[in-house]
Amino acid sequence: MQSDIYNPRRHVGVHAEYISDVSNRDFPGHYPDEDNSWNLDLFRKKLHVKVNELSQRSIQFDLVGVDASIANAFRRILIAEVPTIAIEHVYVWNNTSVIQDEVLAHRIGLVPLNVDPSYFEFKPDAQDQATDRNTLVFKLDVTCTRKPKTAIVRGTKKAEPEPEEIYNHSIVTSGDLTWEPQGEQSEVFASKPPRPTNENIVLAKLRPGQEISMELHAIKGVGKEHAKWSPVATATYRLLPLVVLNPEKPVPPQYAEKFRKCFSPGVIDIDPVTKAVSVNEKNLRNESMNREVFRHKEFEGCVELKRVRDFFIFNVESEGTYAPEKLLPESIKVLRQKIATIRSAAERLLAEIEGEPAVQGDVEMADA
Amino acid sequence: MATANATGGGDEEWMRMNDTRWRGLGLTDSIKNIEDKWLLLPAFLKVKGLVKQHIDSFNYFVDVDIKNILKANNKVTSDVDPRFWLKYTDISVGFPDRTDPDAIDKSITPHECRLRDTTYSAPIYVTIQYTRGKKIVKRPNVCIGRLPIMLRSNKCVLAGRSEAMLARMTECPLDPGGYFIVKGTEKVILVQEQLSKNRIIVETDPVKQIVQASCTSSTHGGLKSKTYVVTKKGKIYLRHNSIAEDVPIAIALKALGIQSDKEILLLTAGTTEAYRSTFSQCLEEAAKLGVFTRHQALEFIGAKVKVNRKVVGPRRPAWEEALEALATIVLAHVTVKGTNLRPKAIFVGTMTRRVLMAMNDEKMVDDRDYVGNKRLELAGQLLALLFEDLFKTFNVTLKSGIDKVLKKPSRTTEFDAFNTMQFTGDLITSGFVRAISTGNWSLKRFKMDRAGVTHVLSRLSFISALGMMTRISSQFEKTRKVSGPRALQPSQWGMLCPSDTPEGEACGLVKNLALMTHITTDVDEEPIIRLAYLLGVEDISLATGTEIYSPGTFVVHINGSIIGITRYATRFVYNFRKLRRAGKVSEFVGVYTNHHQKAIHVASDGGRICRPMIIVEDGKPRVKMEHIEMLKRGEVTFDWFLHEGLVEYLDVNEENDSYIALYESTVEPTTTHLEIEPFTILGAVAGLIPYPHHNQSPRNTYQCAMGKQAIGAIAYNQLNRIDTLLYLMVYPQQPMVKTKTIELVGYDKLPAGQNATVAVMSYSGYDIEDALILNKSSLDRGYGRCQVLRKYTTLIRRYPNGTFDRLADAPVENGQIHKKYDIIQPDGLAGVGERVEPGDVYINKQTPANANDNSFTGQASAVSYKNSPMAYKSPIPGNIDKVMITDTDNDQTLIKVLIRQTRRPELGDKFSSRHGQKGVCGLIVNQEDMPFNDQGICPDTIMNPHGFPSRMTVGKMIELLAGKAGVLAGKLQYGTAFGGSKVEDMARILVENGFNYAGKDILTSGITGEPHEAYTFFGPIYYQKLKHMVMDKMHARARGPRATLTRQPTEGRSREGGLRLGEMERDCLIGYGATQLLLERLMISSDKFEVNACEDCGLMGYNGWCTYCKSSKKMAQLTIPYAAKLLFQEMMAMNVVPRLILADAS
Repeated sequence: MQSDIYNPRRHVGVHAEYISDVSNRDFPGHYPDEDNSWNLDLFRKKLHVKVNELSQRSIQFDLVGVDASIANAFRRILIAEVPTIAIEHVYVWNNTSVIQDEVLAHRIGLVPLNVDPSYFEFKPDAQDQATDRNTLVFKLDVTCTRKPKTAIVRGTKKAEPEPEEIYNHSIVTSGDLTWEPQGEQSEVFASKPPRPTNENIVLAKLRPGQEISMELHAIKGVGKEHAKWSPVATATYRLLPLVVLNPEKPVPPQYAEKFRKCFSPGVIDIDPVTKAVSVNEKNLRNESMNREVFRHKEFEGCVELKRVRDFFIFNVESEGTYAPEKLLPESIKVLRQKIATIRSAAERLLAEIEGEPAVQGDVEMADA
Repeated sequence: MATANATGGGDEEWMRMNDTRWRGLGLTDSIKNIEDKWLLLPAFLKVKGLVKQHIDSFNYFVDVDIKNILKANNKVTSDVDPRFWLKYTDISVGFPDRTDPDAIDKSITPHECRLRDTTYSAPIYVTIQYTRGKKIVKRPNVCIGRLPIMLRSNKCVLAGRSEAMLARMTECPLDPGGYFIVKGTEKVILVQEQLSKNRIIVETDPVKQIVQASCTSSTHGGLKSKTYVVTKKGKIYLRHNSIAEDVPIAIALKALGIQSDKEILLLTAGTTEAYRSTFSQCLEEAAKLGVFTRHQALEFIGAKVKVNRKVVGPRRPAWEEALEALATIVLAHVTVKGTNLRPKAIFVGTMTRRVLMAMNDEKMVDDRDYVGNKRLELAGQLLALLFEDLFKTFNVTLKSGIDKVLKKPSRTTEFDAFNTMQFTGDLITSGFVRAISTGNWSLKRFKMDRAGVTHVLSRLSFISALGMMTRISSQFEKTRKVSGPRALQPSQWGMLCPSDTPEGEACGLVKNLALMTHITTDVDEEPIIRLAYLLGVEDISLATGTEIYSPGTFVVHINGSIIGITRYATRFVYNFRKLRRAGKVSEFVGVYTNHHQKAIHVASDGGRICRPMIIVEDGKPRVKMEHIEMLKRGEVTFDWFLHEGLVEYLDVNEENDSYIALYESTVEPTTTHLEIEPFTILGAVAGLIPYPHHNQSPRNTYQCAMGKQAIGAIAYNQLNRIDTLLYLMVYPQQPMVKTKTIELVGYDKLPAGQNATVAVMSYSGYDIEDALILNKSSLDRGYGRCQVLRKYTTLIRRYPNGTFDRLADAPVENGQIHKKYDIIQPDGLAGVGERVEPGDVYINKQTPANANDNSFTGQASAVSYKNSPMAYKSPIPGNIDKVMITDTDNDQTLIKVLIRQTRRPELGDKFSSRHGQKGVCGLIVNQEDMPFNDQGICPDTIMNPHGFPSRMTVGKMIELLAGKAGVLAGKLQYGTAFGGSKVEDMARILVENGFNYAGKDILTSGITGEPHEAYTFFGPIYYQKLKHMVMDKMHARARGPRATLTRQPTEGRSREGGLRLGEMERDCLIGYGATQLLLERLMISSDKFEVNACEDCGLMGYNGWCTYCKSSKKMAQLTIPYAAKLLFQEMMAMNVVPRLILADAS
């Protein structure tokens, strides 16, 4: 596989002023006078998915051997179509803080929640009856008070004490949201009660006497409706960078160090004796492709920069609703649903052509 | 070996040389520049503030000028009783207080005045002495009226308060002050630009071949007159408004007491032969007219003097009239002792000589657009004039009041003038309030009639308010097509902002002050004259023409009047400046030499623009590094620099006489001054632009206009304000690329915009013509979100018949409350926080049915009431933000309701960067469709690259580069004019962080998933959301309201009006021949009207009956526009009979 990335058919050229061979062919993977008929075994052989980094909130993996349209479909679905739960309806009983109701509601809406949405149904309409299967209820009841004089602990004698030192609840954070189980929710979520994935998001600031009291209804939604339902902070990919040295024109030894500095750290190795430069295959993926090397005349023709068209280095940061490693499977799930919809529509259409009586009603679209 | 030794020896020698210290420096040490000398600027602003000119001027009026005015008008006598007199001995202005008589706490804050629609004013106290019977009575602290107080002046309660104390008074510490609060509105008296008074201006008219010297005299008495010395057919005349005809100059001089022709020649032409020959025919003319003696000259002039006095007593002889006119009206500012008119003669002689000089050499004319010839009139001066006028009127009214009482032959009590004074009314109070709130300064007494002097302070954004305080309006009328006054003057350098001027008709006439300017107030000239004599100036009255114009002699002018001559001009000026730097003379007195006129001018008058500069002596700036260190440590203030003679103020004339280095490296041996900081040539508004020196100059001007429309934070007290219309941004950010000006004015604390990540590329075609593409997810997350707060106000009135308005709970109909009263609470007002739908009632007011019935005498509680609720009209729902109930000055209950709308950007909303590049939102794109870079960053905004080539806003590109570098390095960058972060440094930071040095990233299409073929310029740019939003503009109508008179559709969006098919559109339809469409548009869809017309008489009838023919036989029905019917009827009302001749009826 490693050697295969040097197959020029897979290359996108990165030049000083432009990028070449951006697109795959009209029929991806098909070339004239070759048999490129689709073959599952071949596809399996070519397809590689490898997780490189995994942390609590992010994942980096390689997706190799698919067309950009497929990789992009996953990216788009991750951003816009994987459902999550977010607060949508806010009932303000009292809000005497400086922050206005709508602004506070907007801020609360953007707080990510740690709820698995698979348990929930989409709430068809705002006016529809809220049930324990489509709505989670949170409460936000905060009143700011003065701390009793004795309780005030002050580190240094300053002219002006910090508000947090002398007031209770001077800052309202997402941690102040309290979940109110409805119906069977207390059993369903017994193991993992719904919480914001981050307890430290500042929602409002209060001063003594001010009070916020509101009821919040969270429902299921998707990112294309509103960004608050997006399960990812970012889902993106980049193509694997390639640095191809020209054996015809080696880098002059006196410029080796300068050459190395034109790339990201670790990408170029210099032989300590001969001062000959070589590409470090392991660190190659870290290259930033900032084309610094093209700025220097002395390296003209020494090197070619390329990217591999079907080698996608994905980087996905989860908002915490899903574990990062669960995100790609979720997006595949959504994609398969879409395919299923199309398939059923296509089958219906086919049946129609073959003289069967037309099926009444329109095709139901997945996102309708 | 030998060579090595030699070099070694050389090194040693070099080391030794280098070791020697001269003034503590080695040979190879670089010469140190004074670093951070720009710190003088914040020090200056700390002392003076941004609107120091307004505040200083007001303080001068309140502390000094008002006393002078009192002194000039300090006596009131009676025509009836000659023994009576009343004298004002002192005057002072108190501090603002509450006017309610029963108030316990008299203290008041400006913010309370804003909220309660009252005037922020302070009492004016006088001390009077008057006769009561035979006694002389003294009464201190008599209030004669109230003066509106300028905020942050030294009579204002905000002066010198700390931030915490200001916060307690709900006042913003960043608010500059300098305006008034009159009836709850904030009013600014704009700075007025005028030609300087009492100075000679020589001009030529090349077409008419005229040379003229003019001088506008203005004295403290308020007399104003303009005197000209003009050429006519090669001869010179004196012209003045009070003299009907031009007077030959020789006759004028003879009348002024210069009898001999020789002396006249010497005083005007001097010894210069060229001037003598030019002047000779003027002497001839006097001889031809038979005027030889002073008496003859006076008689000659006297016959032409316009007498506009009430004729009291016998007519005076002509020569007396002439003498009076010459002594008092002509060149009124030249002081005359007794009947010795010689100073005036010398002044006229000087004017004549200037004319002669200009006749001989056309370069000797003056430029009236030169800033040195301009004076700026400020709030203090205008208020002083107004006060003098009002005070005189007050005294006249007082006098007639006293006369009225004294006329009565017998009085029960002894007459006390104090009582009359108490009843003289609030003339002064209402006079001030009226003038400031209307902006009409019409003072008959001073021949002044100006409208539009005051303006409402624009609170659209912090910058718009600040920009208004530095604005200067010109007296020049806008309609005249002369480019001169509008052009950028080289002498504006550092004084007036070259960028900040409006486009269109006021272009170049409305200017703005630069950052470090100061406007002088009057300085007493008496001590300066004495000082001049002490410095060796010889009195002018002792000099003849020979001495005045002898080579090497310089005439000394003080504020335009000639006081003497000196032969040691350089020494005089040097010594004078030395004394000023030592603080012996006020720092605002300017002195300069005019070598063309061979004159030294000393100026101490108010209204000159000046700015501080570092003094350079012997090629070295006086401000040294150690001084800056002391400043940094906060040990010294700006005033200390002034007192130590390190820094001094230069006015435009003196600046023109100095040799000023822009940078320390360019200081030469002859340099006299060093600029403090080059970016101070820009004003506060233009100072917001990053890298303005890289932009095409009109772009900076456009930004200056647009920065004032940006939505952002307005003041720290913005949520406590109840303004008619208030735009606020929900999440404003300080710009990534700041300037020093931004920090100095506090724009980083009250910003108006957000740092948007911009991709410069084309996308979808919805971005042509400057349209912008916005990222929907960015909008979801709060980008560009803003709030619009609108005030709705009503009075709960009391009527003269004893009835009054009231508030009532929602009316119950059939046991139900109508939906539109949903949000009304039992007190008749909407609840705070409630959502207001269109049509909802937010104040349920009821008015008595007989409010205007003045004959009503019954019980006020028994009257029937009718509903007059206030309903929400806007088509977009809002929320009740605030409800305020208070009392106004005259005890009417005032209710203000603030309704808030929160808006997210939509298609058609206007945005702009800080480089005059505005655009509307053309498309909102989902995040997944947006391109993204290798890091996964999506742009918030996509801008079309076609915006760049023709606009040449290179500054915007550098802003992007610096912003991107700032983001990567984790700090803010600077884009200060003529400085700022360097592009090379920015490029280095980008490369170090793995980005392309040019700021161009590889983007991947969000739609296809493939990389773009081109690299994209990508990074943060500060974007402002402008107040123009489609929501406030969109309008369409099918059917709707019509005007009552014409029955045609109403006009304008606010009246839900129709869209007019105008004359030009009509022409198109006519040209196309679309007659039916024309008929439909102009009549059927507009104001069609069925009329009955008589075929016989041609007049209109009704119901098939002709009232003229008394018949229904020949009636026809036809459709005409209602406007036509109206026209016929109106013509009939004027005795014109329009007849409808119906050819094809029946």
